[in-house]
Order: sequence, then structure tokens, then C-alpha cells
Amino acid sequence: MAGIARNVLILAAALSGAAFSAPAAAQNEQFVPILSYRTGPYAVNGAPYANGVVDYYNLINERDGGINGVKILFEECETAYATDKGVECYERLKSKGPTGAAFINPLSTGITFALTEKTATDKIPIITMGYGRADSKNGAVFAYNFPLLGTYWSAADIAIQHIAKELGGFDKLKGRKISLLYHDSPYGKEPIPMLQVLAQKYGFEFTPIPVTHPGVEQKSQWLAIRQQRPDYVLVWGWGVMNSTAIKEAAAVAYPRDKLVGVWWSGAEPDVTPAGDQAAGYKSLMLQHGAGKFPVHADLEKYIYAKGKGSTEPGKIGEVLYNRGLANAMLGVEAIRKAQEKFGKKPLTGEQVRWGLENLILTDARIKELGFEGMLKPVSISCSDHEGARYGRVQQWDGKGWKIISDWYTADESLIEPLVADVSAKYAAEKKIKPRDCAKET
Amino acid sequence: MLYREAGQFKTTYAEDMAIFPIRQDRIALAILVGIAFIGVPLLATFHVWPFGSDYLLWAILLPFLILALAAIGTNILVGYCGQISLGSGAFMAIGAYSAYKLATGVHIPLASLGFAIAIPPLPVLASILLGGLMSAGVGILFGIPSLRIKGLYLAVATLAAQFFFDWAFLRLPWFTNYAPSGSVNAPELDFFGVVVRTPVERYLLCLLFVTVLAVLAKNLVRGNLGRQWMAIRDMDIAAELIGIRPLYAKLTAFAVSSFIIGVAGALWGFVYLGSWEPLAFSIERSLDLLFMVIIGGLGSIMGSFIGAAFILIVPILLNVLPTELGLPLSTQTITHLQFIIFGSLICYLLIKEPHGFARLISIGKEKLRLWPFPY
Repeated sequence: MAGIARNVLILAAALSGAAFSAPAAAQNEQFVPILSYRTGPYAVNGAPYANGVVDYYNLINERDGGINGVKILFEECETAYATDKGVECYERLKSKGPTGAAFINPLSTGITFALTEKTATDKIPIITMGYGRADSKNGAVFAYNFPLLGTYWSAADIAIQHIAKELGGFDKLKGRKISLLYHDSPYGKEPIPMLQVLAQKYGFEFTPIPVTHPGVEQKSQWLAIRQQRPDYVLVWGWGVMNSTAIKEAAAVAYPRDKLVGVWWSGAEPDVTPAGDQAAGYKSLMLQHGAGKFPVHADLEKYIYAKGKGSTEPGKIGEVLYNRGLANAMLGVEAIRKAQEKFGKKPLTGEQVRWGLENLILTDARIKELGFEGMLKPVSISCSDHEGARYGRVQQWDGKGWKIISDWYTADESLIEPLVADVSAKYAAEKKIKPRDCAKET
Repeated sequence: MLYREAGQFKTTYAEDMAIFPIRQDRIALAILVGIAFIGVPLLATFHVWPFGSDYLLWAILLPFLILALAAIGTNILVGYCGQISLGSGAFMAIGAYSAYKLATGVHIPLASLGFAIAIPPLPVLASILLGGLMSAGVGILFGIPSLRIKGLYLAVATLAAQFFFDWAFLRLPWFTNYAPSGSVNAPELDFFGVVVRTPVERYLLCLLFVTVLAVLAKNLVRGNLGRQWMAIRDMDIAAELIGIRPLYAKLTAFAVSSFIIGVAGALWGFVYLGSWEPLAFSIERSLDLLFMVIIGGLGSIMGSFIGAAFILIVPILLNVLPTELGLPLSTQTITHLQFIIFGSLICYLLIKEPHGFARLISIGKEKLRLWPFPY
């Protein structure tokens, strides 16, 4: 007993000394929290993404000495893709650094849903690039949410556009069967309302098929697919669910080139575990794909040559690593934009939100940043928090991803009414008075 | 020396039957309640250390209070009445979703009968309490098998409740008001004009619920009903022989336990999460609650609090500590270390004291009484 008591005392003393006397941080630093997952069932996808984010922040610090001299201070927190841990991480990190978190990037639609209300109260923007709530495109209601570069509703539309093109026109969709194999969480459910709208418009038969988290058990779902024989199966999976889906498709002899994954189901860890069975599998691209671009040369020079990289040099250029880079870049550019207005000093989340909302990246600027060929121009505004709605389709040939389509642009005339409808419902539920975007500067 | 009841004479029956017969216990509890109700909110309002940020309130105290409440509920069923339940998460979910439906208005179209049942949106307080009642009703229903099956077999039967309600809230869009993502948003926390928004207000709200229900539970378990439960737990045949009706005793245990867990679930959704999906009440939540009760101490209200604190806070501490000490470890290593250390801690604790923290404390009390010459 005495021994335990002593140990407890020592622990308590260590805690009270350590946990709350954070080292006096240098004042010219901008704090950016990183919610990542390097453990758990989604680690294979979470880790390369987090590596990309970390490497880009390091690059900004090493190459440019920070954003206009303001160094980026970042800290990772492990969420394991669990909503409760994500909320805990957010609370832990939101007020660190001289001005608190610049923005938050949870990389989980479930955590995004849980944080949407909190971030608006705390005035910290939440960037959900290519995921999150699709209705948060409407910045008038969701002032602090930024589903940049594409929501799931854009993704659903682009996927159907590609399928129509493969079939030879939108009129050929009539009477076809398209199933959605989805991760049974807010992430997987997001595209359903959009697909229902599309099914009604083009007259195809739409069947949603849920897969329980984490997605290693899909036997009954594929049995159903074998019986229904849909013309196409959209795969809305994450982590181990993706490679399992491909293997199960092979097991029931469903042609892999009739599978179309969302952009979260189109990275190397999704196809390599399935080996040769994955050849022919298609997925959307969130603009960029795999491969190296000018920014990677800088990473090799300033980070990997100095041994400061967070992954193996051979792995930079993977799809999710690149997505981490793009994500970090957009955040950094938002801070840079906000500095134009508020001064070259550490900024609060509220100020960075202004930067995000007024962020415009032209082709020339994207080239300057070394992202030429990865991204198309982005223009964010109060009424459009998405900024760009482009996508392409890639196909796995067994060794690498090949881009097989031209650029698609999501059809706003279909998405906009749905966004207006669902976001108005949210505003009414939460008693939010939508901003007047005409008056925002 | 300080902790000795010598000289405290009980002169009335009321004194003899007090919840805390020892004066030192009463003083300690009064201080604790004082800190919880006055100290913490004061410090938090003025952002005094350790309440510099909302972290301690939002991420530690709020979930701790709600989970402690749920653990009390679980303890009544498992610890006092001896009915192993793996369905606590489901009862939390029933509380949360019923409260959500009642707070946003219920509409059941009965097309075949030509009319519809419509209940207008109820106030939040009524919704939360009715959510608890709904959970109690379902608890009674799922408690009926306990009259025939016992022990581990009952655990399997309650597991059915867990999976059924996981499925129902995930698949039946009526429960989520047809939300496209399946994620529901709690309504504004309006208590007769007082809107609860800030972390301090949320904390006080939960504290109030927890205090009232904990006092109720404490009184229940030392009264007639509690003694019936414990008799059933210790030997059901003997209990029946001395005139205790198992039907009544077991079903009341299920009802009271589910009510408290249901209220905790509604608070978890409304006050802590604000927006949730069925995964928030998965089987892992049930197991966590069971572990809280086992580690805290079966058949002890205080044990529920300590167990909740242990299961919730120790992993977070283990996760925060290396970063705060400045150890150059990756988040991956820290997480793995956290699992290893936490797992070993549980093993060590259960080997040293199989009856949990509550037993440790009562041993400590006994020793304190004999101090400085404990044996």
C-alpha cells in the first residue's frame, strides 16, 4: 500500500508540474493542430496522409522560414478515427500556441459532424478537404466549415458522369442498376441523398448497401451484389474496407472495372493488398493523383536530404501523401491570405477563417507553389466554401494508377438545391441566422 | 487519529440510519460537493489554473460525470442485483434517441387506421427524463428473460439488446428524423428560458443530474428494494424462500438501472456530444461501463465514480504525459505504450484487489481507524 501511495504521489507531482506548465512558446509562431491516425483499422490510410501534412509544414519552416517569418508550430494527436478521441484531441489542442489553433483538419467525417457546432462557438475554421458535410458548402450557414475541393455530393455526381460516359451517354443510364457499397457511418451515408436525386433524374435503379465498421466482413453484401448483378458498384470505403471489397468482388467474379471508388478509395493501400485481383479497379481522383511534382523536389532537397522526413523517401508521391501536402498547402495559403489583412503575426482562428473565405489560387500561384498538375484553380467565397468541383478517374493497372479520363466538373444545378435545402434545415434546427453573403467582404 | 468515530454517539434513530454515519465522511463529502459545485465553476469562470482552457471541463469532467452516472446505473443491475448486462450502451442509446425524438416532436403516421399520432416538441428537461423512462420500459422488457436465464447466459441475452438497438438506430431513418448522414443534432439546451451553452453551464447541469440521481440511488440500495436486490444477487433461491419475489426484484433492478443509464445517455448526446451517430453507443461503450463497474467495485456507488475516472482519465493521461514532458515519441508509439501500460495496470490492480477500488478504500478506512497501529 505504502509503495502504491508513494508512486501515486510521484505521478501526481510529475503531472502537476508537467501537464499545466507548458513551455513558454516563442511568440512568433502559428499553432496548427494535426488530428491524425497512425493506429487502428484506418492507419494504413491515415499514416501517409499525416506524413504529407507534417512534411509540408516542415518544408515551409525549413525552406521559407515560416509563413512570412511566422513559423508553424504543430502537434499531432492520435484519434484512431474514433469520434470521441477526436473530440478530446480537439479540446486538447484548440487553445495551444500564442493564438490558439489556426484551423482544424480532422480527416474523419464523423469527427467533423461532432465538431461542427464546437468550432463555430470557438471560432476555429474546420477544413474538410474532399470529405465532411456536403451541405457545409453553404458558407452563409456554416461560417466555419470549409469542405474544400469537393464534397461527397460533387463526388457522387462526377462518378455518375463517368459511368454515363463509359456507357455512351446519360440516356443510356436509364434502367441500369447502380449500387453503392458504403461504410456505414456519416462518411458513407453522405452521398446517398445526391445519388437518389441522380437516380431519379437519369432513371437508373439505385441500391445502397451498408458495410459495418471497420469493413472486414462483407460476405453477405457481395452475395447480394452477385444476385442483383448491378451494372456498376460505387465503393465508398475507407481503410481496410476498400481492399476487402476488391477481394470480395474477385471472389464473386464481379468485374473490377465496374467498381468505381470515391477518392478516399483510390490510394495504394486500397489496391496493393488485393494483389492482381485489383487490376482494372477504378476510382475518382480529388484532382490530384499519385506522382511527383515540383514541390516534391523541394521536399527531397530541404527535408529528406537532411533526414527530417517523416516517411521513407520512396513513398513521397503516393496518393494520400500528396493529399496531405495539398491539404497543408491550402491551410498555409489561407494563413498567408489572412496575414495580408491582419498583419504578419500569429493569427487567431477567426482571422484565418477570413483568409480561407477569401482565398483565391490562380494557375500561376499554384505553379509558384510547386503544385502545377496536381490542382486546378481554387476560388473560395462566402456562398461557396467548396472552392472547386473537379475530378478525374484513375484506374489501377496492377502496378500503378493510370489516369483514364478528362476533367469532370460536378453539376451545380443538381447539387445547389440540395445544399440549400439541407443547410436550411440545419440552420433552423440550430437556430442559426444565415449570413448575407452579399454583405461579406 | 483524525479518522476515528470514537465519541460520536448516535442518540436518535435518524442519526443511526444516516447515509454517512461517520462525521469525518460527512465533512469530506461536504468539501467534495463544495469543490464540485462552487470551486470548479468559480475557477473555470475566471480561467484560473488548471482551468486555463476549457480542456479540463469539456474533455475530462463532463464525460467523467456522465459516464459515472451511467456506471451507477450499470452497478445497480450488475453490482447490486447480480444480473450481468452487456446492453448498457444500448440503454444509453435508447435514452439519447428517445430524448431526441421527444425534443424534436414525434410523428407516427398510422395510415391504415386513418390518423397519425403527433406529439409536439417537448421541453428539453422533460425529454431527457422521458428518455430515461423509455429506457426503463425497454429495460423491463429485456429484463424478462432474466427470470429464467442466469449468469453468462443472461449476458448473451442483453447482448441481443445491444445489437438490436445498434441496428435500429442505424437503419430505421425514423429515429434520426430522416437525416441524410444518419447523424442527429441535439436541440438547443433550453431549460425554461435558461439556455445552457458554455462548458461551465454544461458541467453544472450534468453535476446536478448526477448528484440528484446518485443520492437517489444510494438511498434506494440501502433501503428495502436494495436489500431485495442484494438478496437475489447473493442467492436467489434463499431470497425466494424468505419471501422476496424475484420477478419484482429483478425487474425493478432492470427498470431503475435502465432509467439512470437512459438519462446518462440523453445527457451524453445532448450535453456532451451535441451531435452523434449510433457508433457513440456501440458495444464498446457497454464493455467500458462494465469494466468501470468491475474495476471501481461491484455494489458500490462511490466505486462507480472511481471506476469511471479510472477508465476514462488514465488512458488520456498516459497519452498526454509523454508530449507534455517533451519526450520525442511519435503519436503511434505513445498510443501503443498507452495500451500496454493501461492493460498492465488493470491486470495489476485486479490481481492485487479483485474487488476493485471501492474495496481498497474500505480497507484504507479500516486501517485509518486503527492508525497508528494498523494490523
